[in-house]
Amino acid sequence: MANDLARWQFATTTIYHFFFVPVTIGLAFLVAILQTAWYRTEDPEYKRMTRFFGTLLLINVAIGVVTGLVQEFQFGMNWSTYSRYVGGVFGAPLAMEGLAAFFLESTFLGLWLFGWDRLPKRVHLACIWAVSIGSMLSAMFILIANSWMQHPVGYKLVNGKAQLDNVWALFVNPTFVWGYAHVLLASLVTGCLVMLAVSAWYLRKREHVESFERTAKVALVVLIPTIVIQLSVGNQLGEIETRYQPAKIAAAEAQWNSCQPCSFSAAQLGGYNQTNQTTNKIILIPHLLSVLATGTWSGPVTGLNQLQAQDQKKYGPGNYIPNVAIQYWSMRTMAGLGALVMLFALWGGWLLYKGRLHSSRVFLWLSVWAVLTPFLMNTAGWLLTESGRQPWIVQGLQKTVNANSPSVSATEIWISLSVFVLAYIVLAAADLGLMLRYSRRGLAHADAEAAAAPAGSVPALTY
Amino acid sequence: MQLHTIWFIIIAVFWVGFFVLEGFDFGVGVLHRVIGRDETERRVAINTIGPWWDGNEVWLIVAGAAMFAAFPLWYATMFSALYLALVLVLVALFARGVSFEYRGKRETARWRAGWSWALAIGSALIPLLVGIGFGDLLHGLPINRQHDYTGNFFDLLTGYGLMTGVTLLTLSLLHGATFLALRTTGEIRDRARAAGRRIGMVAIVVNLAWVIWTLVVIGGGTVPQPTQIFGLIAVVFAGQLVRTNYDGWAFAASGFAIAAAIGQILIALYPNVMVSSTRAAYNLTVNNAAAGHYPLIVMTVVAVLLMPLVLLYQGWSFHVFRRRLSAPPRSSG
Repeated sequence: MANDLARWQFATTTIYHFFFVPVTIGLAFLVAILQTAWYRTEDPEYKRMTRFFGTLLLINVAIGVVTGLVQEFQFGMNWSTYSRYVGGVFGAPLAMEGLAAFFLESTFLGLWLFGWDRLPKRVHLACIWAVSIGSMLSAMFILIANSWMQHPVGYKLVNGKAQLDNVWALFVNPTFVWGYAHVLLASLVTGCLVMLAVSAWYLRKREHVESFERTAKVALVVLIPTIVIQLSVGNQLGEIETRYQPAKIAAAEAQWNSCQPCSFSAAQLGGYNQTNQTTNKIILIPHLLSVLATGTWSGPVTGLNQLQAQDQKKYGPGNYIPNVAIQYWSMRTMAGLGALVMLFALWGGWLLYKGRLHSSRVFLWLSVWAVLTPFLMNTAGWLLTESGRQPWIVQGLQKTVNANSPSVSATEIWISLSVFVLAYIVLAAADLGLMLRYSRRGLAHADAEAAAAPAGSVPALTY
Repeated sequence: MQLHTIWFIIIAVFWVGFFVLEGFDFGVGVLHRVIGRDETERRVAINTIGPWWDGNEVWLIVAGAAMFAAFPLWYATMFSALYLALVLVLVALFARGVSFEYRGKRETARWRAGWSWALAIGSALIPLLVGIGFGDLLHGLPINRQHDYTGNFFDLLTGYGLMTGVTLLTLSLLHGATFLALRTTGEIRDRARAAGRRIGMVAIVVNLAWVIWTLVVIGGGTVPQPTQIFGLIAVVFAGQLVRTNYDGWAFAASGFAIAAAIGQILIALYPNVMVSSTRAAYNLTVNNAAAGHYPLIVMTVVAVLLMPLVLLYQGWSFHVFRRRLSAPPRSSG
């Protein structure tokens, strides 16, 4: 019971945290681009837009930071057995994250926010780039840690505990290299779709057209290559996972028995359990699973029954099959929406090329709603990778069921879970309210802020 | 010196850094309601820490992560033992972290008062609760052979732990008052000084009582450590200097006092990192809680390379915003 609750808490708080993280990474990068454009062209429109999207960025960062604290604390709080077992490997990237990324991100965010009228333009621009780099570095270290759980490398077991013995191996872990690229690109996609949605909302209303046409353009120009590269990076990651975590990929297709060549289904009903393996697959795309999983036209994919037999021989009796329904549908949500977003982005690119972006009502309307897709894709992607690792917390080394804190009772986790859920609802309401408010308020606020502090006066009251 | 001890010292430096820096943020967070009489003055108080509080808080994150990396068993036992206390700390961190950014984003009085209270209460709870936790490390908690905590939430509320919490809260308030006196002008500064004087008097009594209690808990004779003596002297100085124009010295003294408070707990604790009240043999120590040699070497290299850089740019950020803040003309509040 305590173990299940600890899992629920981890899943809830992590999914929630990751609503804000990609917005931060993506928007910080785009705001840095806008400010660079202002620095280069001295066009005041770019400065207004930097301010405008900077405010949205800050509203998000606040929640990303505080919910990140929960993540760091709960390894020790709820997963003490895990922490003791892996600390000698897993702790190092977390400490590096603090030293290399969080200090950089937070210090320069303060300098940027309060430094508008104090710092030379060039230095102030460098501050926002430092924030962007810091946010990307923090994702790097956390992905190093996470990838080690997916595919442990560079360690040896000493007295029954994992100890790092080759730090370089963590950085070249293929799961990390491709996983990190995947997360970074996903964050950029998220940032672009947020910026595009806000811009499109104004373009539809024909307000501040001059300003928001620019940001819609910046968002699309970044989005198009990003999403195209993202689909092939995702494909690569699939191949890596097939190699190191075959059950994850087999479950994502509900592939109970080995196949060659293997087709990919658009949807299916039933067949989610070992006891009910009859799948009713709808619309089969021949060879696609072979291509996605092995990178070859007719590559074989080992089925879940065969993997289960292998694992039982290797690790002893037990169930080694992840939740098939979660795998199957999170895969479809992520990949399906990813493909749609790519088509949508290409359409936007075409409109941009024809100079009709601001007048295409349908595209602009869709752009506003498209802001929901990255959040669905990001969540589905993490479900796919984390649920797909089960029953393991560290693939092949430690099972999730053995990893929680023996000293923490189910009652205590009930309390913490309820407290976090309540607090997160309040935070979400405040955040969404402010995001919508500041998104809709137009540029008046950004202009007022810029005018608040004439040079040489007392410093402005930013907060 | 062996690597385990070096890492104990590094972690001690992170915790000291956290309290010296974030200590005044906590103080300002609580005092902004007292020292700022109207909305503008409250905003001035909050903006004195505006550019830095977030970077200061990272010292906490790094202290926690460094414990995980260097002493996984310490991290695991401490965080799971202090479970519900840490849930409260996290909620306090939410409330306060978000309030900075959100408070000024709407004009209604209710919205602002709400986040203002969130800031004040959150800022008071964190040093209090972390202080309880620190006191417990030294006082001892029921910990079994497997290094698992066997008590419940109320077993965390030891008398010495509570006293440590109250001490850290008082010192944070004093540190916040000297900081506000250093960073503002006019009436706000006067009020910060008056508050500092009063808090200073309380802090001397609290700190003295706590130091005596610490000596009792350690039980190793009655000779105070130098850190304890200098810590007490620093509290006295901070309380006196805050009346004068030596704002910088008052702030340095309160910073030293809070550093000495954290320092003396950790010095008294060494070579243990967590005392077991069940049996001394179950104590967690720098030796039995540490990660292996290789990860510690890697982390040492990383810390040696990065810390000077961090100190450099954090120091630069303090330099950039060194000017005092004053309330703008009434109309523009």
